[in-house]
Amino acid sequence: MTSPLTGVVNVGADMFADAVEAQAVPVERVDWRPPMAGTEADLAAVATDPRRDAANRRAVEAMLGVTATLVDVAPASEVLGLEPGQFLHAGPPIEWSRASGPLRGALMGGAALEGLVDDPEDAVALFEDGGSVTLEPCHHRSAVGPMAGVVTPSMWMFVLEDAETGRRTHCSLNEGLGKVLRYGAYGPDVLERLRWMSAVLGPLLRAGVRSADPVDVTGILTQMLQMGDEAHNRNRAGTLMLMRDLAPAMVTSGADASDVAAALRFIGGNDHFFLNLAMPACKLALDAARDIEGSTMVVAMARNGTDFGIQVSGTGDEWFTGPAQVADGLFLGDYGPDDANADIGDSAITETAGIGGFAMATAPAIVRLVGGTVPDALATTRRMHEITLAENPRWSVPVLEFQGTPTGIDVTRVCRTGILPQINTGMAGREAGVGQVGAGLVTPPAEIFPSALAALAARVPN
Amino acid sequence: MKDHVEIRRGAYADSVALLQVSRSVQGTPGVEAAQVAMATGLNLEVLAGMGFMVPPEASANDMVVALRLADDTVLPAALAAVDAALAPRRPTSGAGEVAPPRTTAAALRGAGEGDLVLVSVPGASAVVEAVDAVEAGHDVMLFSDNVPVDQEVALKRLAADRGRLVMGPDCGTAVVDGVGLGFANAVRPGRIGLVAASGTGCQQLLALLHHAGADLEGVGVRWALGVGGRDLSAPVGGLATREALRRLDADPDVDLVVVVSKPPAPEVADALAADAEALGTPVELGLLGPGQRDLTTVAEAALARLGHDSPQWPVHGADNTGPAVGPLLRGLFVGGTLCDESMLMATQALGPVRSNIPLAPELALGDDLLPDTHTMVDFGDDALTQGRAHPMIDPTLRLEQVAATAADERTGVLLLDVVLGHGAEPDPAALLAPAIEAARARRPIPVLVSLVGTDLDPQDLDRQRDALVAAGAEVHLSNAGATRRALDLIAATTAGEGSTR
Repeated sequence: MTSPLTGVVNVGADMFADAVEAQAVPVERVDWRPPMAGTEADLAAVATDPRRDAANRRAVEAMLGVTATLVDVAPASEVLGLEPGQFLHAGPPIEWSRASGPLRGALMGGAALEGLVDDPEDAVALFEDGGSVTLEPCHHRSAVGPMAGVVTPSMWMFVLEDAETGRRTHCSLNEGLGKVLRYGAYGPDVLERLRWMSAVLGPLLRAGVRSADPVDVTGILTQMLQMGDEAHNRNRAGTLMLMRDLAPAMVTSGADASDVAAALRFIGGNDHFFLNLAMPACKLALDAARDIEGSTMVVAMARNGTDFGIQVSGTGDEWFTGPAQVADGLFLGDYGPDDANADIGDSAITETAGIGGFAMATAPAIVRLVGGTVPDALATTRRMHEITLAENPRWSVPVLEFQGTPTGIDVTRVCRTGILPQINTGMAGREAGVGQVGAGLVTPPAEIFPSALAALAARVPN
Repeated sequence: MKDHVEIRRGAYADSVALLQVSRSVQGTPGVEAAQVAMATGLNLEVLAGMGFMVPPEASANDMVVALRLADDTVLPAALAAVDAALAPRRPTSGAGEVAPPRTTAAALRGAGEGDLVLVSVPGASAVVEAVDAVEAGHDVMLFSDNVPVDQEVALKRLAADRGRLVMGPDCGTAVVDGVGLGFANAVRPGRIGLVAASGTGCQQLLALLHHAGADLEGVGVRWALGVGGRDLSAPVGGLATREALRRLDADPDVDLVVVVSKPPAPEVADALAADAEALGTPVELGLLGPGQRDLTTVAEAALARLGHDSPQWPVHGADNTGPAVGPLLRGLFVGGTLCDESMLMATQALGPVRSNIPLAPELALGDDLLPDTHTMVDFGDDALTQGRAHPMIDPTLRLEQVAATAADERTGVLLLDVVLGHGAEPDPAALLAPAIEAARARRPIPVLVSLVGTDLDPQDLDRQRDALVAAGAEVHLSNAGATRRALDLIAATTAGEGSTR
């Protein structure tokens, strides 16, 4: 049936749009620009892949269908089977020789924490030799780690579960800001804090989690996004809601009252405590979208301080990597751009899931990290809708009329528009042992998207 | 060097804002270091690390302003800088401007169900935008040319699976619900539906039917669905033509469907004829090819089907035309199908015609556009439009060739087309008429122009015609009519030559 013409979307020469408008038909004009260099043929091949549309719909549906619940807190040795000498780290795979300062610092601190060496400085020889230690990405073990993301067997982990499938993801407990292991610091105070977290905080949280109602992490994310958090660089409301849910059970757990008070003070004093729940919740959702042939959706973005890597649903476990960039932002104290290490951490899993930098509009304060304005924050979130497949009906942004967050980064849209995912991030010092030097905004290296696109194009059946 | 540290009790700003304040104050001349922060444990450590002495009574609810100055004199300026940086910023605008969409997919979020997508980006990127449209449930017109045929096939298969219509690629013309798209002529809507694997072929039919329909109830076109010049080729197999026929057949306001095409692949033409036979709506097939009817004859047949006699197709400036001044017929076209039609007629009457869109491979034109044979050049062909606009927009290339061709003493008759309508040059005669006049000033060469347009077109048909006639051209509405006249002139010359031998 021929249907009445209600309007025209014009992509290309304006003269055609003008001619249609002259006939009193409404026209929307696309601001089309050429795609990233050399991607035209691959874009056409992937666009006409008959599997792609359905595969992407499936990927989005699978991701949005996941509800992440906090079900346990336990040492990595128990829940990940991590053994002494095994180290997890953020980002794509990397060996010691290419590791950046903050990753090295965190590994050295982790080696001392596990008692492999007495002095963290002695761990350098251990890692250079490599015979008794192994490095593996958190992502390969159903885990994510912020910044250096180093996980050792004795560290306590949040355990999140998708009730429908029983799938789980894990993340360490957040140490706070400043001189902390995940930013590459490994001084005595850093190790002392980690030991307290394993001895006191972890067990208390476990007691709270096991005796309280399961904590709906996805639900807290829904609420905090309406309370000024974007859940990457701003987690205040989320942290307080978590404490609200766990505090009664922690208080009645029978633990020493001063320990409970110390734990609650620690959590309440650390605005980023909830980040380590937001991240595994995002990974749990995105893992549901993995391994769908034909899907062009990004399922992980992660950095190890040297390389920035992405994984894509339709290309399995392959990492597409390029050099990690240095964030543009603000610096603590005397630190400046020369002190900052390149981008590091698995925390970009939040942007991969459509929050963090993608939800900038809901956390206008974060835009000041680069001296921007509130309209910049709104524009950023709107811009991310250009490169995503869907809107998240649960996670919405009040100031944008409760529009859902931009969800499911599409490799093809990134290549077509040249718009790169916007990531909010902390900055680690370049040298091992320094800790945090600032925070800011960063994007992936552009070239990893055409690489992923080429791999997708190569998999299109003839 | 001088340190200034002050506590501001009860003042609050979040840490991100304060980092920004610190940075901006650091940029003040004479300020060597600045840290403005809430006096939290972490920040006190940072301040101590920078060498500032902070009064011990500072609490986490207080703001510390710590400045290291070149000397005392810069203190007022530094404090002013702190205050300025702490002052709330006035928003530059309210909720922010909404940037225009960057992809077709983004533009189609929330689009009306009947929205059509019009794509004219470079051919290498066109299919990607078109797939956006099809997947979002919209029909698409692809004006873009230079689209690889395998991409066209893949796109049309995706569309066929979803019941969407792909008009193109290289679809210059469509009329959708009475609205002209691309290079469409402005026409009176009526009860005829066109399906066109050809842009200028479609325009020829629009122009003829519009002319005939001036006094005839219902003779007009509300739907002219272009399908792209390759749709009836073997690889594409008529995928879009079938969808267009299905649409028009289901429309109770369409009484007759006319299909017009460049020469199709024989097996596709056969299949199409069978499909057309099975429809409830009568179909008039106007598929160009050797021995097939020309477009004007097809228009006449369509009128006859609706029970109408055909009018005399208008001719102006016949008095201008004298005998051919050489043995060869030269056609210079902006319309590919008009070129095809003339070539088919000329081949039958005169023998082989060489062209850049040849009827057989051995008739391809080389670099020499004026060999010792009859020639017809299509300036709208992909090879001649790469990196430049279509000749209906940018006439430069053809104008150059008009002069060269008319000057060649073997050229006996010059056959041209001028195509009006939306999107075309606003005043084609402005440049072409002087070129014709100049050519005829050197040699009294007959210039036959098929002027394809309607009295509703923005270029003003009458004015264009008058200018061309005044320049010495003979102007036809029917391209077949102009071609037949040219063939007669050439034939008269050769017959004359024959009789003198």
